[in-house]
Amino acid sequence: MTAKTRNIRVDYLARVEGEGALHVKIRGDKVTDVQLRIFEPPRFFEALLRGRAFTEAPDITARICGICPIAYQMSAVHAMEDALSVRVDGQLRALRRLLYCGEWIESHALHVYMLHAPDFLGYPDAIRMAKDHREAVQRGLQLKKAGNDVVTLLGGREIHPISVRVGGFYRVPTCAELRPLAERLQWARDAALETVRWVGGFSFPDFEYDYEFVALCHPDEYPFNEGRIRSSHGLDTTAREYDTHFIEHHVQHSNALHSTIRGGGAYCVGPLARYALNFERLSPLAKDAARAAGLAASCRNPFKSIIVRAVEMLWACDEALRIIGAYEPPQLACVEVQPRAAIGYACTEAPRGLLYHRYRLDADGTIVDAKIVPPTSQNQKMIEDDLTRFVAARLDLAHEQLTLQCEQAIRNYDPCISCATHFLTLRVDRQ
Amino acid sequence: MARPRKPKLAVWKFASCDGCQLSLLDCEDELLAVADAVEIANFVEASRTVIKGPYDLSLVEGSITTAHDAERIHEIRAVSKRLVTIGACATAGGIQALRNFKDVRELVAIVYATPAYISTLDRSSPISAHVLVDFELRGCPIDKHQLVEVISAFLHGRQPNTPAHSVCVECKLRGAVCVMVAHGTPCLGPVTHAGCGAICPAYQRGCYGCFGPQVTANTPSLSQWWSRLGAKEIDLVRAFRSFNAGAAPFRHEAKAHEAKTHTGKIHESKEPSAP
Repeated sequence: MTAKTRNIRVDYLARVEGEGALHVKIRGDKVTDVQLRIFEPPRFFEALLRGRAFTEAPDITARICGICPIAYQMSAVHAMEDALSVRVDGQLRALRRLLYCGEWIESHALHVYMLHAPDFLGYPDAIRMAKDHREAVQRGLQLKKAGNDVVTLLGGREIHPISVRVGGFYRVPTCAELRPLAERLQWARDAALETVRWVGGFSFPDFEYDYEFVALCHPDEYPFNEGRIRSSHGLDTTAREYDTHFIEHHVQHSNALHSTIRGGGAYCVGPLARYALNFERLSPLAKDAARAAGLAASCRNPFKSIIVRAVEMLWACDEALRIIGAYEPPQLACVEVQPRAAIGYACTEAPRGLLYHRYRLDADGTIVDAKIVPPTSQNQKMIEDDLTRFVAARLDLAHEQLTLQCEQAIRNYDPCISCATHFLTLRVDRQ
Repeated sequence: MARPRKPKLAVWKFASCDGCQLSLLDCEDELLAVADAVEIANFVEASRTVIKGPYDLSLVEGSITTAHDAERIHEIRAVSKRLVTIGACATAGGIQALRNFKDVRELVAIVYATPAYISTLDRSSPISAHVLVDFELRGCPIDKHQLVEVISAFLHGRQPNTPAHSVCVECKLRGAVCVMVAHGTPCLGPVTHAGCGAICPAYQRGCYGCFGPQVTANTPSLSQWWSRLGAKEIDLVRAFRSFNAGAAPFRHEAKAHEAKTHTGKIHESKEPSAP
C-alpha cells in the first residue's frame, strides 16, 4: 500500500467561544500532525495591565472572556488579596461562591445544551435541534437563565458584572432579594437532575485515556476559589508555586500559549479533572445522579464530560441553595485594603478549569507585571493529543463523519478561544 | 402561495471577548422567537450551518487589529444590506485600544516568547474607521434588551429606540441615590451614554463609562468635579482611558490629564521582567 496522505481541515470551528481551526495530517495509516490553530487576534491583556491600579484588575480582566467574566474577577481579586495580605471570610466568601455557582450554571447550561448536545443528537445547532427537541432546548435556556439570574442579582448584569471588588463587593444583597432566587434555583435543581438523566442516555464513542488531571482541592468543599493544586499523578502544590510546576510554550501555529507540567507533558483541567479529584466533596444528590447516569468516581472518557458538566450544574444548584439558606447580610460589603509593594498569586476554578493570575504591585498599588494562564491554553496540548489518538483509531470513517467527530472531540473541552488568546478553525488533511 | 422569505441575520466576530454576541444567546426568553422571525444564516459561535449572503442584517462584534481583519470587514460590508456594530470594541476599539497609547512591539514581546509568530496591527480601530456603519450599539457589554430592540427595528425598517442621554438621566429614572452627591464617589455617569440602566450607581459605585461618551459630553467640567473629590491626574487618565479609550471625547480628556502627570506610570512599567 502506498503511503497516501490526507488532510482533515476545519477552517472555522463552530460552537466554541472564539476563533480557531483544526488541521490533521494523515499519511497512510498514521496521524503525522495535529494542529489546533488559534487565530483569535491577540489582545495583550498582560501587557495592558501594566501601569493600571490594582483595583482595576477585576474589571479589566473580566473583558478577556464574556462567557466566564466571574472567573477572571475571582482569580484577580484573590491574587490581589494574596499580595496585600487581606482575608475575605464569612458571608462575603459565601457570596463569592454563590456568584461562581451562577456562572457555572450559566456556562455549563450554554455548553451542554447549545454547543455540545447538538453533536450527540445530529444537529448543526440548538435552534435547529429545538424543532425536534423543543422541551429540552427550553429547559436548557431556562437553566442558563437561572444561572444568569444569580449573576445579575449579585453582580448587576450577566456579562461583565460590576459589583466585585478587591476586598469584597460594592453592594451585597438583602435576604428578601435572595428569596425569589431560591425559588428559581429549586426549579433549576430539578431541571439539572433531568439534564443528567438526559445526557446520560446519549451514546458515546469508546475512547478513554489515563489523563493527568489537575484541579484545585479543598478539604471540605467542591472547589471554587481556594484549595491546593493537585494532580491525579501526585502533584500537590499551591498557586504560589504554579510557575515552578507549569511551563508555557509559544508554538508557531497558535496565538495561545501551550502549557505542560515541568518534567511531564500535557495535562487536563476542567470538569473531568475537578470531578476525579473531588468526587467525595459533591453533594449526595449530585453523587447519586452521577452514579445513576453510569459514572464512576472518576471519568476518563472526554466525550462524557457532558455528563460531568450536568452533574456539576446540579451540584452548583445545590450549593447555591445551601448558601442562600444560611445567608445573613454581612455588616460591611468590603474589607479595607491598603496597597503595598508585593506579589500575589491565585488560582480559581473557571467553568473550563484552573485559571491562574499573578500580579506584581508597587508601593502605591500600580500593577508592574501580570501573568494570566487560562484553562483553554492549559488544555490545548491535551486536545491535540486526544485528536491524534482519536483519529488514528478511526481512519476508516468517511471524511465528513471523521471531521464532525474531531470537532466534537474539541468541543469536549468547551474551549474558550477568546480566553486562550488571550480561536479555532478545524482542518483534517488526508492525502 | 410561497411564504415570504425570512430576513437573513449574520453575526461576525473580530477582536473581542465574545460577550456581545453571547448577549443574543442570553436572550433566553426571546431566542427561539427571534429564530422564528429571522433566518440565522451565519453565527459560528452557535451553529455549524453557514448560509451564503447577502445578509439583511449583519451584527459585528469586535475591533480591527490585524491586516487580515481589515480586509475581511470590507467583504462583510459588501454582503450586508445593513451593518450594525455591537459593543465597545466594534464601536470604539475596546479595551485592546489601550495599545494605541503604547508601542505594540513591546506589548508582543511582553506576552509572547517568539514575537515573530505574531501578526498584529499597531492600533485597534473601530469598524466605522474601515466601512460604512448603519448603527452603533453601545456598551461593554451591550444590553440584551437593546439588542432585541435594534434587531426588531432594522427588520421593520425603523430607527431603534435607544435613548442617547447620559447615565445620569437613567439614574434619576431608576430612583437611585447620586453616589457623587451623597457619598463623594467619583462617577462618569454625567458624561456616559445611557443604555445600561445605571447599574453601577444602583450598586453603590461610580459609573466607569463602559457605554462610552454621550453626545456633547462635558468631560473637562466633570474632571474638575473629580479633582474636588480628591481624584489625582493619574486617576483621571485611567478613568477616561479604559473600555472606550478610543472614543474621541474620552481620548482627548485622558490626554489632557496625561500631560499633567509626571510619573509616567500609565505609559510603561518600570521593571519589565517577571519575578
